Amino acid sequence: MLTFIVRRLLQTIPVIIGVTILTFSLMHLIPGDPAQIMAGESASPEQIELMRERLGLNDPLPIQYFDYLKGIIQGDLGNSIRSGREVSGEIALRLGNTVELAFYSTVLSVFIGLIAGVISAVRRYTFIDTFVMIIALFGLSMPAFWLGLMLIRYVAINSDLFAASGWGTWSQMVLPIITLGTAGAAIIARMTRSSMLEVIDQDYIRTARAKGVKEQVVVYRHALKNALIPVVTVVGLQFGSLLGGAVITESVFAINGIGRLIVDSIRSRDFPIVQGGILVLSVLFVVVNIIVDIAYRYLNKRIDLN
Amino acid sequence: MTKATDTLIEEPILEIRNLQTSFFTDKFEVKAVDGVNFAVPKGKTLGIVGESGSGKSITSLSILRLIQNPGKVKGGEVIFKGENLLDKTEAQMRQIRGNEISMIFQEPMTSLNPVYTVGQQISESFQIHQKMSKKEAMLRSVEMLKLVGIPSPERRVKQYPHELSGGMRQRVMIAMALACDPELLIADEPTTALDVTIQAQILELMKDLQNRLGMSIIMITHDLGVVAETCDYVAVMYMGKVVEYAAVKDLFKHPKHPYTVGLLNSLPRHDIDLEDEELQVIKGSVPSPADMPKGCRFAPRCPFASEICRERLPDLEESEDGNQIRCWIYTDEWDGEPEVNVNGERTS
Repeated sequence: MLTFIVRRLLQTIPVIIGVTILTFSLMHLIPGDPAQIMAGESASPEQIELMRERLGLNDPLPIQYFDYLKGIIQGDLGNSIRSGREVSGEIALRLGNTVELAFYSTVLSVFIGLIAGVISAVRRYTFIDTFVMIIALFGLSMPAFWLGLMLIRYVAINSDLFAASGWGTWSQMVLPIITLGTAGAAIIARMTRSSMLEVIDQDYIRTARAKGVKEQVVVYRHALKNALIPVVTVVGLQFGSLLGGAVITESVFAINGIGRLIVDSIRSRDFPIVQGGILVLSVLFVVVNIIVDIAYRYLNKRIDLN
Repeated sequence: MTKATDTLIEEPILEIRNLQTSFFTDKFEVKAVDGVNFAVPKGKTLGIVGESGSGKSITSLSILRLIQNPGKVKGGEVIFKGENLLDKTEAQMRQIRGNEISMIFQEPMTSLNPVYTVGQQISESFQIHQKMSKKEAMLRSVEMLKLVGIPSPERRVKQYPHELSGGMRQRVMIAMALACDPELLIADEPTTALDVTIQAQILELMKDLQNRLGMSIIMITHDLGVVAETCDYVAVMYMGKVVEYAAVKDLFKHPKHPYTVGLLNSLPRHDIDLEDEELQVIKGSVPSPADMPKGCRFAPRCPFASEICRERLPDLEESEDGNQIRCWIYTDEWDGEPEVNVNGERTS
């Protein structure tokens, strides 16, 4: 297991390098002169030249890249053009909020999704099954921005319990978590249902019943553990995409998160922040995927990861 | 060993009377098991033989009430030690499953749960039925693996099913089934998925364990070779009904039902030289259960079928030797050729 984790971590090195190349290229993929863009439209040629010098744009590309890489390793992601503060600091300030939001949303969607999926599968083709699946379809079809706005309009405004904006206290956190977790819950419910239905007809389930195992134990111990294997993949992917995809929810609820930071920075052409943000999110995504792989190994003994 | 003459007089551990199990679709009902009767004498092995779709597996699942939707046990009685299992509550049935009546299945590759170790799966029986602690159950599981002849059981007990071969897994299934010392073991084609040498080993093991533990066995198979080797009695099933029930010796020496004769004829024989002759087959194929013949189910394929066979279903009648047969030829109402020699059709 340990060798697996180490090996898996080593495997991420090329991925991370790839990501740094991409984020580095970002600067040069912007149409026009990066120095011109960063210095602003009204900048004089001297200012632009100064900016070019500051950014090291006069050096050959490989040198620029290695300088960039060296900075990353030292934790230096450059400075924000807008505020002049360190990018790493700006990100660190907001990363916690986003990770929290994504994490709690995932927990919520796993919790609700699993329960709904199992119930649906156990009662297949009954009214309950149809009902749960229709609700899931709704959950899946509701855009997060709409759900968020509806929650603000009809829940936050009418109740003192929930706040409509910000992040930190539970009253502020509940609605964004629901907003972001709903679609995931629906996906996981549908995934769990189909996976359970596949498993419940397997021979080993019959074996368990023939042993005299109680039906609940058959479902939760013998079937669910097998059914979880494909679900784990979805959960992992989802957590990853929630990290980056929380932008809308963060905007709707005015949460100071990394998604919103990146969007705002794109708008104001604050490219060091965009670069840093994407880099950090990518690394997080890779880490989450390693965790998923480990969970996979734990659940599915047939996978020999070594 | 008891003599062959007092065949069916021995007290049965299990008796099935008029068992009916059907599967329901939107449009119609498929009678998979349609009025099956047989008895399993104590300490003996009953073979249930038949083609695919004859209802033999469904019969065995019905005994333990493991039929899942859309199937349903519709009627009849399953008398186990004097009590009708069909009257029991689900909780009472759980006490019986894996404890008094155990089952092993056809596919050892898929019948074990892939995410639990062999030991955990055997232990479960001990934990459920004998309320053992985890540790105790694990120790007993090692013993069970030893009993079924698995080498280095202490190591194997910690392994997952995918780490074992098919034969090993079937041994594990047997160990699991025998954990609580059941009185009746139902083996649903236990060797079908295994290669021939492993087959022989598994059958040998089952016989040996039967002698040691004194349980009764229902051996479901489509392999008459397996029947000859392991069974004391045989019930031949065709389209959800028992067509012949006899002591093994009688069945192989004097098969009575034309279907049984057909089955025996379709076996390749090694004892006589048949170089010039082709293997005989039963003509036609099993009709769809949704399209059940009106009279005798076998009539459309039977070389002797006469008017009465096509019109009315014969009953399962007991003959003087205690064997049972469902065929018009052996009744007074027979309207075909008076001197039919069913056995004459045999190639031997």
